[in-house]
Amino acid sequence: MITLSGVKKSFGNNHVLRGVDLEIARGTSMVIIGGSGTGKSIALKSILGLVTPDAGTIMVDGKDAATAERDAFLARFGMLFQGGALFDSLPVWHNVAFRLMRGALQRPKEEAREIAIEKLRRVGLKADVADRLPAELSGGMQKRVGLARAIAAEPEIIFFDEPTTGLDPIMSGVINDLIREIVVEMGATAMTITHDMTSVRAIADNVAMLHDGVIQWSGPVADMDQAGDPYLDQFIHGRADGPIEAVR
Amino acid sequence: MNLILRPLEALGHAFLNLLAALGRISIYAGSTLRHIFKRPFYARELAIAILNVGWLSLPVVGLTALFTGAALALQIYAGGARFNAEAVVPQIVAIGMVRELGPVLVGLMIAARVTSSIAAEIATMKVTEQIDALVTLSTHPMQYLTVPRVLAGLICVPVLVGVGDVIGILGGYTVAVATLDFNSSTYLVNTFDFLEIRDVVSSLAKGAVFGVIATLMGCYYGMNSGRGAQGVGAATKGSVEAAAILILAANFVLTWVFFSL
Repeated sequence: MITLSGVKKSFGNNHVLRGVDLEIARGTSMVIIGGSGTGKSIALKSILGLVTPDAGTIMVDGKDAATAERDAFLARFGMLFQGGALFDSLPVWHNVAFRLMRGALQRPKEEAREIAIEKLRRVGLKADVADRLPAELSGGMQKRVGLARAIAAEPEIIFFDEPTTGLDPIMSGVINDLIREIVVEMGATAMTITHDMTSVRAIADNVAMLHDGVIQWSGPVADMDQAGDPYLDQFIHGRADGPIEAVR
Repeated sequence: MNLILRPLEALGHAFLNLLAALGRISIYAGSTLRHIFKRPFYARELAIAILNVGWLSLPVVGLTALFTGAALALQIYAGGARFNAEAVVPQIVAIGMVRELGPVLVGLMIAARVTSSIAAEIATMKVTEQIDALVTLSTHPMQYLTVPRVLAGLICVPVLVGVGDVIGILGGYTVAVATLDFNSSTYLVNTFDFLEIRDVVSSLAKGAVFGVIATLMGCYYGMNSGRGAQGVGAATKGSVEAAAILILAANFVLTWVFFSL
């Protein structure tokens, strides 16, 4: 279980997180929604230690993320970045097998390559993609390679940062289905941040809405439409009128 | 009163900012030094960095040294002719290239070619979240990106300086023999008789220091770049400016140290 308690983060006078409280149960898929610039990525990066919170605690399975041994802590996570964040200078297979070629999870090079090709197949890419450079791939293919990298070491917890941003609706559907299948198949705990409501309905067990630096609403995805929260209601229906200012 | 205080205030701010920047760079350099001795060691990254910093810089370093040595011979000949000292061309070209121009010009060319390239590459990695991706994949960016590049600078730039010194002297030799009627063997004898071991040592030591400065500035500015294309551009520009100024400042300090020995 991942627990965030009173997490705050400011950048100068910009108070991005004002006290986030959130629980993500083991083996469930939590999707965090919210407008652009509401701190969704900062919340996610705070859990991984990429951003240090100003206040509050983050616990993963009862252990404080701030004091955990970094390598062992991070070995439990996989992450799909918004833009893929693939390493330009390395071929696709090396990107996917990156974690398997160093540290505690290190395998022989050939074995790591085989695992990488298997994971590429899992996300619907052919083996001949393995030796190409990321720049030679389309946006959708790069997302899939990023997804293959995220699951390569079979992590217990997977984060997805805006997994469908910049993709056409069909490719978005493919990525959403893949994420759902992989999370169910691996039994992983998933945390996704998005403002794509199609993704929310496809991926989520539970939904939390982040607004003005706090969790405005959270609950099962099935309850989202009947929640009666005016902020959530405005967001999921994409209305310009409501308590959330359209101009921010 | 404001007319007096405002410029002083601006000067004070600039000085404090300079001190703060030097402090941050020192902390970064200290952290790099610590990570050199930590495991894992990325040999493949070091090999790639050596190729980029050393081997691929050879043409630009060689041409720079060749033309500088040739021009230096002409200048010394023309200047020396004013007081009948044309014969000192071999000695002055040798000492000028080895003690000063070789290391400084190679350092500046490395700052232009390598520092800018490192800063732009790492800044782009930062902007596209590749640095964050490295961290999530349990790989320390300092060990994976900075240490191999700085070690490559430390290893390769002294070699480039040595090569540049030789090519610069050859440039002077070619011009002197071909156009200034110097005797070939006398020119070479005068060159090597005049040079001392400590000249060569100081040249290579300067190369090592300049190599570390050039690569460290590229990494530091890349890692601390701002967002977007503008951030990458600013990091690249800042890294080259800082590397060039620090190389020239270090050259002065090192020359002073070697002179006082």
